[in-house]
Amino acid sequence: MRSIDVLHQAARAVASQPLRALLILLAMSIGVTSVSVLTALGESACRYIVHEFEALGTHLLIVLPGRTETTGGQPPLFGETPRDLTLDDAAALLKSRFIEAVAPINIGSAPVSTGGLERKTNIIGSTAALQQVRHLSIAQGRFLPRMEADQSAPVCVIGQTIREELFGRRQALGKWLRINDRRFRVIGILASEGQSIGVDFDELVIVPVASAQALFDTSSLFRILLQAKSKRAMYAAVDDIRSIIRSRHEGEDDVTIITQDSVVSTFDNILTALTLTVASIAGISLAVAGVLVMNVMLVSVAQRSSEIGLLKALGATRVQLCWLFLTEAALLSVAGALTGLLLGQAAIGVLQLLYPGFPLALPDWALFAALAVATGTGLLFGVIPALIAAGKDPIQALARH
Amino acid sequence: MIQLENIHRYFQVGEQTVHALNGIDLKIDAGEYVSVMGPSGSGKSTLLNIIALLDRPSSGRYLLNCRDVTELDDNTLANIRRDNIGFVFQFFHLIPRLTAAENIEMPMILAGIDPRERRHRVSQALAAVGLSDRAKHRPDQLSGGQRQRVAIARATIMRPGVLLADEPTGNLDRASGISIMQLLEELNRRNMTLIVITHDRELGSRASRSLQMLDGEIVL
Repeated sequence: MRSIDVLHQAARAVASQPLRALLILLAMSIGVTSVSVLTALGESACRYIVHEFEALGTHLLIVLPGRTETTGGQPPLFGETPRDLTLDDAAALLKSRFIEAVAPINIGSAPVSTGGLERKTNIIGSTAALQQVRHLSIAQGRFLPRMEADQSAPVCVIGQTIREELFGRRQALGKWLRINDRRFRVIGILASEGQSIGVDFDELVIVPVASAQALFDTSSLFRILLQAKSKRAMYAAVDDIRSIIRSRHEGEDDVTIITQDSVVSTFDNILTALTLTVASIAGISLAVAGVLVMNVMLVSVAQRSSEIGLLKALGATRVQLCWLFLTEAALLSVAGALTGLLLGQAAIGVLQLLYPGFPLALPDWALFAALAVATGTGLLFGVIPALIAAGKDPIQALARH
Repeated sequence: MIQLENIHRYFQVGEQTVHALNGIDLKIDAGEYVSVMGPSGSGKSTLLNIIALLDRPSSGRYLLNCRDVTELDDNTLANIRRDNIGFVFQFFHLIPRLTAAENIEMPMILAGIDPRERRHRVSQALAAVGLSDRAKHRPDQLSGGQRQRVAIARATIMRPGVLLADEPTGNLDRASGISIMQLLEELNRRNMTLIVITHDRELGSRASRSLQMLDGEIVL
């Protein structure tokens, strides 16, 4: 029997029972639609968050004071208090040949006022390198000037929200601000960044790190941001940072180093797992559709008993009958899967219209996976009815009218 | 061409063993016209099913065209059946969703014959049973006699050596019945072995050789 004939005969049989075909199509397409929409949602959430992290900078390393793991011993006797990170530490780190730029960070909260308006906001102390490390863009003026990190200067760069709230429509550039009791001149305004993982740059005032240390009366740093020279240099840079800190902190590398790609890949892993879980749950509806395929095919085999007997009497082999019925199940499931994909794409399109800010798309692998799983389910659940059809006794099958 | 040697066929019905065929010895030559008669339950249909390779004897030997087919596997039997045996049923057994032409084509589809060859042979077969103008009709658009003609065209499309007819006129009015018998006999005249099962004495007597069955044995 030629494959094209098998296909044609199966298609004729499918077409002869439109209601049955429609039911299976419906069940299959609901399954595939839910799988593809949920996968698209999960994938997009994953990409969104990874993108956010990547927007933080390139080859970014973050050095925090203190270690995440603890060493043993009773706290008062043997426990260790981590040494603070200092500006000298930051300066020392820049000597590593794997490190492109170092931005020491100091952070605190203080009231900012000008012309009778005052609000409390976050103040970041850093150096000119911050702009490079965090990919900040300037809307007006310029960023902090390049100068020695331990020098203070009465200048600041402000975010868009601060500019609006303190200056309104007035020109902010060149004006003076008061932070605590110190006066700073606005030399630059950040372009609007929006929320970027934890830090809202629109509500920030950036001052030279030495000025911030004076403002908050501290000599330690909140953290140090570093940019490695390349992706491959990141790991060498981690080792360098450890050895530099060790030599400066009396043999202890009492810092925690976070590499950007480890954060990204952790999130990536978590979200991928989440996506797969959600997609698997949606996959249950595919299994249900598969059971329906089996049910409907079983009814069909029972109804067409005399046809099966006849085909056997005409010389159809078991294998041929098996293929005929299996092809029917496959046709139904493929048609259902394709309909489901179309519906899924439509649903994704509608969601996209409703939430234009959230880039939503079904990845290619998910497209093929949904198709393959749907077809596979149909075939799997089509096997039993096909075997039953092939195993029918022709004499009994023909005797029923 | 058909040689049955001491064929027995038992069925287990509950506790009881039914002896459907009880030591059948039968030889039918190529081109013969044989009728098998007998009351219900005499074993006619079982005999026909065994000759048609749809059923296997419990014991005994069956030679078809000098080949022992008793021990062959299902697939080989299906192929032998397809190429050597044509079947005409009392209830026609046409596939309702297919047209007359497609029903006739079915054995050739199963045999994997080239579509051009198939079309050619179908139109010849339709002409031979006088239904060229009904090619596109589905079974429910045909009369009983026409349906049986389609069934005969389908049974003969593979040019089998044997044509088995199980009560071929049992579901037809008298006039169509006679015309169907004439069609079958016409095929027999062209050297096709014809075996007809019937209740009808008159019909049975048209055959050149008449077998009478009773309780699983051939009594005449």
